[in-house]
Amino acid sequence: MSIPTETLSEAYRLMKTIREFEERVNAEIMNGQIPGFTHLYTGQEANAVGVCAHLDESDTIISTHRGHGHCIAKGAEVAGMMKELFGSSEGLCKGKGGSMHVADIDRGILGANGIVAGGPPISVGSALAAKIRKNGKVAVSFSGDGSVNQGTCFEAMNMAVVLEAPAVFVIENNYYSEHTNISYAVGCDDLKARTEAFGFPVFVADGADFFAVYEAAGKAIEHARAGNGPAGVFAEQGRYHGHFVGDPQHYRGEGELDDLRENHDCLKNFRARMAETGELDAATLDAIDAEVMAEIEQAVTEAKAAARPTAEQVTEDVYINYGAGA
Amino acid sequence: MAQKTMRDAINEALHQAMEQDESVFVIGEDVAGCNGSAGDVGAVGGVFGVTTGIYHRWPDRCIDTPISESAIVGAAAGAALVGMRPVAEIMFADFIGVCMDQIVNQMAKFRYMFGGKSRCPAVIRFSAGGGFSAAGQHSQAMYQIMTSFPGLKVVVPSNAYDAKGLMLSAIADDDPVLFFEPKILYQEACEVPDEHYTIPFGEAAFVREGDDVTVVAFGQMVPKAAAAIDELAEEGISCDLIDPRTTSPLDEGAILESVEATGRLVVVDEAPPRCGLTADIAGLAADKAFASLKGPVKQVCAPHSPTPFAPELEAAYLPDGDKIKAAIKATLS
Ligand SMILES: Cc1ncc(C[n+]2csc(CCOP(=O)(O)OP(=O)(O)O)c2C)c(N)n1
Ligand SMILES: [Mg+2]
Repeated sequence: MSIPTETLSEAYRLMKTIREFEERVNAEIMNGQIPGFTHLYTGQEANAVGVCAHLDESDTIISTHRGHGHCIAKGAEVAGMMKELFGSSEGLCKGKGGSMHVADIDRGILGANGIVAGGPPISVGSALAAKIRKNGKVAVSFSGDGSVNQGTCFEAMNMAVVLEAPAVFVIENNYYSEHTNISYAVGCDDLKARTEAFGFPVFVADGADFFAVYEAAGKAIEHARAGNGPAGVFAEQGRYHGHFVGDPQHYRGEGELDDLRENHDCLKNFRARMAETGELDAATLDAIDAEVMAEIEQAVTEAKAAARPTAEQVTEDVYINYGAGA
Repeated sequence: MAQKTMRDAINEALHQAMEQDESVFVIGEDVAGCNGSAGDVGAVGGVFGVTTGIYHRWPDRCIDTPISESAIVGAAAGAALVGMRPVAEIMFADFIGVCMDQIVNQMAKFRYMFGGKSRCPAVIRFSAGGGFSAAGQHSQAMYQIMTSFPGLKVVVPSNAYDAKGLMLSAIADDDPVLFFEPKILYQEACEVPDEHYTIPFGEAAFVREGDDVTVVAFGQMVPKAAAAIDELAEEGISCDLIDPRTTSPLDEGAILESVEATGRLVVVDEAPPRCGLTADIAGLAADKAFASLKGPVKQVCAPHSPTPFAPELEAAYLPDGDKIKAAIKATLS
């Protein structure tokens, strides 16, 4: 499979952007600058980027509580996201949603989601709209290894098959739901097989390898776009941080985190592959790194200076039009 | 007497109930924690630490579940129907949205629909309420909605002492009980006896006593109202502060008696106004103490909006001391 150089450099840029965004958010939380509950995606960047590389603006994604990476990969504006996390009224959601609710409908981002498995049913609706309109669009939902145990997720998967909707279910196995390991919470030994039993193909990938995710997601999305009904992607890759910032991570085994960062790093893997194939040279990748660092720095500077919301905004945007009673 | 936080007080109640009765068990997401991992199973004790240590004493009765709120509540309801006394944890009250059927159409109605032939002594615990910049899906009170369903008992403690006694009553109760823990109060401490004790349902606490105005407040609004009332005392205004502690059953008598004496009523809750507890109590006074009222009842609550994320917005959204004081003064002008 040959991937255009432009796609490659964009993929690298996005993965690096997610990595640095998250690391900076972590630092700003430690500094007390970012309020609320925040879940970092560091380590899993290749999943979001490998999937979203196949989507255009009018395809939709719906994300999870761990949503920054998905949103960036789908084209959300980084400064607008940072402002949102800081709670500015200039943020993507005017400071109303924060980390768990980052959304950008114009870019096909139907939102991060604070309810585990809140997303898949909504994604089926977006897929159904694409089917009715016959516009060739697909709707992607991201779910964690814990999320797939919710009834809403089961219902969405079955209904997508029944409706032959172009819904793509991306399951990200990072081995834990909060503090519980997948080997406990998923009752069967084979989550891929369990998912396929709903009646759609699932393509497996190493989530530390952009190329693997890109290939698996390509097959799934092509399947759905072509009108064959839903498809799935199953990607395995641990997260580098705790479930939330401040998680003591009692569930980690000896050396687990070091091994993750050392041997399961999509950025390192990407660079190694480029060194092998020569498609992008190190200087080009270094230049991207520098640009990303500058962009994140700029986003934080802007977020710190951005306007704060005011009390009268509390009741704005509850409705479009509430009628005479308002 | 020892100072204990609300979290530790509830934890102690759970331990004592488990010691006394083998049919009590806890179930929920990460109530033990780390299951299936290479780490330390039992190290979590719930994401707020309320079930700390239970797994280490009773591994068979501290049951971690997948993320499946409907099945968690249903399993608690079913185990209770056959004689167990489960205490299920739903991490955030907002997730009632996921398991509403099991609570409202199943558990709440068994006894009535089965002609009085069943018991469902289940307790479902929730962390509830705002104050964490946790935004629209992790900040709701929810207890005001659940209060409207016949068949459920609803508890909202406002301090560690009450929380322990109410939890021990909840577990001993033969009806289904929803127990809402204002999460902003988990770290707040007061004197809590080591012994086992219970606080009966439907008995309000008089947190302050006074002559001019009756203030009824719920959950995290109780300490806010108490502080506001203490400030007003310096201006010569004296108030009754009533904490109903259980919203179902509700101690109507305590509220009506106070309103009859003061003639003025302020009701404070953190939830939005429509079909909420402030309207409920105002309606009670209008219905049963109208002749005693010297002026309009004042409701202090959130606006008709979801909970916002930004700290400034949430501070404006939630009732605070200034709003409570203004409402009390308004009833006197
Ligand atoms: C309905 C619901 N239940 C529980 C939670 C609390 N919670 C937030 S994230 C999470 C774990 C999710 O695990 P997984 O789906 O594997 O996603 P990951 O966090 O690993 O990305 C839980 C239990 C929630 N937000 N919503
Ligand atoms: Mg997970």
